[in-house]
Amino acid sequence: MSSSEGAPESWISSFCSLMGHEFFAEVSEDFIEDDFNLTGLQSQVPMYKEALEMILDVEPEDDEEEEEEEEEDEDEDEVLGDERPAYRRAGDRRHARVASDLSVIESSAELLYGLIHQRYITSRPGIQQMLEKYEMQHFGVCPRVNCNGCKVLPVGRSDTPGQETVKLFCPGCMDIYTPPNSRFHSVDGAFFGTTFGCLFFMTFPDLDIGPRLDTSLSTMSPRNPVQPASFTRSPQSQYDLETPTPEDQPVEINGVRTANLCPGLGRGKIYEPKIYGFKVSEVSRVGPRMKWLRMKPKDIMELDELWRHENFASQENQGRGADRDGDTEMNAAKSQEVAIANRKKAPMRRRRRNLGEPPHSDQMSIQGA
Amino acid sequence: MEDFNSETDSDYTSYWRDWFVSSRGNEYFCEIDEDYLTDRFNLTGLNTEVPYYQYALDLVTDVFDLDADDDLREQIEKSARHLYGLVHARYIVTTRGLGKMLDKYKKSEFGKCPRVMCDGHPLLPVGQSDLPNMTTVKLYCPKCEDIYNPKSSRHASIDGAYFGTSFHSILFQVYPALNPEKSVRRYEPRIYGFKVHAAAALARWQDNCREDMKARIGDFGLAQKFIEDSESEDEGFEYGEEYSEQPAKTEKVLGDTASGRMDLGK
Repeated sequence: MSSSEGAPESWISSFCSLMGHEFFAEVSEDFIEDDFNLTGLQSQVPMYKEALEMILDVEPEDDEEEEEEEEEDEDEDEVLGDERPAYRRAGDRRHARVASDLSVIESSAELLYGLIHQRYITSRPGIQQMLEKYEMQHFGVCPRVNCNGCKVLPVGRSDTPGQETVKLFCPGCMDIYTPPNSRFHSVDGAFFGTTFGCLFFMTFPDLDIGPRLDTSLSTMSPRNPVQPASFTRSPQSQYDLETPTPEDQPVEINGVRTANLCPGLGRGKIYEPKIYGFKVSEVSRVGPRMKWLRMKPKDIMELDELWRHENFASQENQGRGADRDGDTEMNAAKSQEVAIANRKKAPMRRRRRNLGEPPHSDQMSIQGA
Repeated sequence: MEDFNSETDSDYTSYWRDWFVSSRGNEYFCEIDEDYLTDRFNLTGLNTEVPYYQYALDLVTDVFDLDADDDLREQIEKSARHLYGLVHARYIVTTRGLGKMLDKYKKSEFGKCPRVMCDGHPLLPVGQSDLPNMTTVKLYCPKCEDIYNPKSSRHASIDGAYFGTSFHSILFQVYPALNPEKSVRRYEPRIYGFKVHAAAALARWQDNCREDMKARIGDFGLAQKFIEDSESEDEGFEYGEEYSEQPAKTEKVLGDTASGRMDLGK
């Protein structure tokens, strides 16, 4: 970014413009030059020093003859021919070494750059740079039909290089996909890291990740998915019941804007296999079994496990109290009152309680069973 | 296309259907039997759907010999492709058609599922509508039971009605043994190794839905086995698959408290 004007193209920008490297951001030299950012990489990368020099376009030859070269820099063009014989022996030897090691250094430099890149894109300037690329749709869109062309981000499944290639994370369905273009099938996923995908969307919580192609798609497909849904009364469709989504949805759920929590999932976004217009029953031997993967509660509050616990626990207690003896009945009634009170001031309490104790969802579901 | 027209007129060895299924962009189509095409019953109702129906049919069945100008030829050619597509949707749900498409499916000729957790499972073409000119062809993954856009733009312009909405369901109804084993494996977003609450809460909720589904179909005497179920039978219970990915128990700090609570609950 801040590279000198003299160089026609820095190693970094030429690396990023290589075919298949379109996902990479250009790491600023300032970032690389800060040793703190490179902590621990020395042990991971062979020929670390040479690789780093290559990335920063520092000529390794400069090591010994830095001063001399600098002096001659101005009239290098003319002297080049004369210069050769003088340095011949030393130069040749050095060139031989460089030639044999060049490919090694080159691959080391790529590895090192990738690892620095993994750290850089979680830093403030890096994530900003990735935001620009994201908004320009450099990473492509989700292949899933019901995500309606939601923009994706490159992520890795491992932070250790050499394990898996880069994948694409779709915030609309919270799933990862293989890049459609095979040129990315050789890019290491560790160069993007496991953290980046989610951190990105937490850094920019107000980013509108909703469907992109909605308008164009609706003109292309006049079909209306709402209509058939209203006819369904089969057992498996209890998640897309006739009742509309409750009005009082919180703006935020579990630290994410409700509108941004998997807009590609939930009612109307689940593929429904049909035969001659009839839905394939869940009870069929080969009926749909994977709908849970694309489900999202209609009432988003169901995802607030503490709220759910408080709500359901009170009902639970009440039921049990009636079943057994009168002793607990008072308690139950009291706890229900408490629960109702809790629900009213849920947002505040939620936050406070979350710090104190973990949600009891597991216990709750066991008791419920 | 023009090339081809002049060719068929003169050369009887190059059949229109042969050319059609082998031409670029038409890799998803299988070849329709001549017998099927010549049986008028199979074409019921298509004469109103396709302009120049008779000529188009003649062209598809290689008996076309009309001296038409280029414009008309083009029209007929277009109609023939449309007609072929519509017959194709009917043909691929017949026994022979299913067989042909099954071969293509086994060779992954429709592509592989882009979802990472599906490990490149072969796809099947599907339409979102049985009426032409509504939506383009999509690809159905039997493993995750979802539909995806074809990655190649030359397939993205094929009409979905040429494959129909029912084909893949019928295929697995006819060959239930081919239905792949489903997996509960999913992507867990993490930040510096920590699960993200919003995603994890949704995943837990979805897991509950899955257990509900299992219970529902259990009432009908069916048992849904996920791959992971058989792998972690011992610690199974309902949460088995959630932890099955984690190799060591040391990682299960949360898990252990959860299971401890489970015991209390019981």
